[in-house]
Amino acid sequence: MKKVMMGNHAISYGATLSRVQVISAYPITPQTQVVELLSEIVADQKLKAEFIKVESEHSAMAACIGASSAGARAFTATSAQGLALMHELLHWAAGARLPIVMADVNRAMAPPWTIWTDQNDSLSQRDTGWMQFYCQSNQEVLDSVIMAYKVAEKVLMPAMIVLDAFSLSHTYETVDIPDQALVDRYLPPFDFKYKLDVNDPHTYGGLTTPDWYMEFRIKMHEAMDQALVEIKKEAVEFEKVFGRRYDPVEPYMTEDADIVLVTSGTAASTARFAVDQMRRKGKRVGNLRVRTLRPFPFADIREHLKNAKKIAIIDRNISYGYHGIFAQEIKSALYGHSKAPVFNFIAGLGGRDIFPETIMNIVADVKKMKKPEQDLYWVEVKR
Amino acid sequence: MVEIRFHGRGGQGTVIASKILADAVSKEDKYVQAFPQFGVERRGAPVFAFIRIDGQPIYNRSKIIAPDHIIVVDPSLIDAIDVTEGLKKGATILINTGRKPKEFKGLGRGFRIFTIDANEIAVKYKLGSKAAPIVNTAILGAVPRIFDFVKLESILEAVRDGVPVNPDDNVAAAREAYESVQGV
Repeated sequence: MKKVMMGNHAISYGATLSRVQVISAYPITPQTQVVELLSEIVADQKLKAEFIKVESEHSAMAACIGASSAGARAFTATSAQGLALMHELLHWAAGARLPIVMADVNRAMAPPWTIWTDQNDSLSQRDTGWMQFYCQSNQEVLDSVIMAYKVAEKVLMPAMIVLDAFSLSHTYETVDIPDQALVDRYLPPFDFKYKLDVNDPHTYGGLTTPDWYMEFRIKMHEAMDQALVEIKKEAVEFEKVFGRRYDPVEPYMTEDADIVLVTSGTAASTARFAVDQMRRKGKRVGNLRVRTLRPFPFADIREHLKNAKKIAIIDRNISYGYHGIFAQEIKSALYGHSKAPVFNFIAGLGGRDIFPETIMNIVADVKKMKKPEQDLYWVEVKR
Repeated sequence: MVEIRFHGRGGQGTVIASKILADAVSKEDKYVQAFPQFGVERRGAPVFAFIRIDGQPIYNRSKIIAPDHIIVVDPSLIDAIDVTEGLKKGATILINTGRKPKEFKGLGRGFRIFTIDANEIAVKYKLGSKAAPIVNTAILGAVPRIFDFVKLESILEAVRDGVPVNPDDNVAAAREAYESVQGV
């Protein structure tokens, strides 16, 4: 069934179709409508789930950890400071190997106080052991929640669906809501082998000496490597059932491009639009959208950038005193594999718009330069 | 691709109007994207909403700065802000007012101006209160009369599904607005 909906509600529908059993969340702009709609759906008994009200995001994640430990499919959603407050427990959820799925509506970090989008909130959680999927449409948001549970429950690692504040969260567009029967066929109920059971008591997460700690960590790392295999497998499986495909990276006109843009989130969507405009004028430009940041798709990135003469990475985030964070990742993937100069642009922080013209200006600048004259370029910034 | 900007004041249902228009357009299997001015809305303050309509998927996700047309839900904004900012030449302007289109020549040359007294229609059908009528469904009824991207039937269907109360009165208001546009 097709329905015009905002990105926040696409998350709610994704969670409902995934038949989540426990939802615990604390409201924060721009995430609020996600849990508003979910609480209505639960109150109307259209979804058999426990909705646990809490006093903070830290408690929301704690409740999800408890629920998931007991074998329930658990869900939460947050943004910015709320995600930062969860930080300690993000490590716990991943370390305890709990396949919790959460949505993070990208909102820039304060101060100065802000409600608009950038990626520094989710990227600050890059190393917590959560998968991260950056979406570019409301359809992708809904579909990603369902796919994320499938992958997460296979490899026992948690997953974060990431979407831009307002540009997706509050933007209405047509979304095809899949039939519940199809989703049920694709996503079986969560059957947790290691769930807490009073009739078969176990203790998890107890004091672990240096003799064994690393063995837990290598298992997490291998699970993330396996997650990449599963994500690719599920891209095919999902397409078979629902007719839509989501790969870890999405190349657009990269094969013969002299300049390849690397983008994520809604900036990737606008970049695709800009590429079409530039192609019409005969410019050989392409775009590589990075959808999956963790696990990081090294091989795919090398493959799709191998013909590029120049690479321009647009980061809607910044690691102060270093570069954009996607740029760090891409450069490390290319080290020893590519001689193409890499240009890094910081754009759209705190919700500043990234227009097609913004992207075309970046391409024009890159065209003029043989190699980067600076480590990074700040786009359209006032001095 | 058609890009339209709505001008209203917080509390008038401007954002909902853009959403219901998106519903109507979507029923005709066109691609659509509707969004508010991203920020914090306050009752009575100027608000904006935007809509993009196309026959193919819409990838541009930036704000609309040069709209093809505008819809002015609250005519008092014409004296308060520049509603024609960035507006393309040859644009159509729809204004909610009892006045005649020719009275708005001051907005500039090269625009096609239409008016609809959505307040009067909303009051007639008891939508909202007399002091603060909910005018968005009446405005939407005028849209298919002057634009060719959506049919009246789709608007009426979307209004019926999209309003929280009094669907019959809202549909009747939209239908009456369709018949009452001035300037056609």
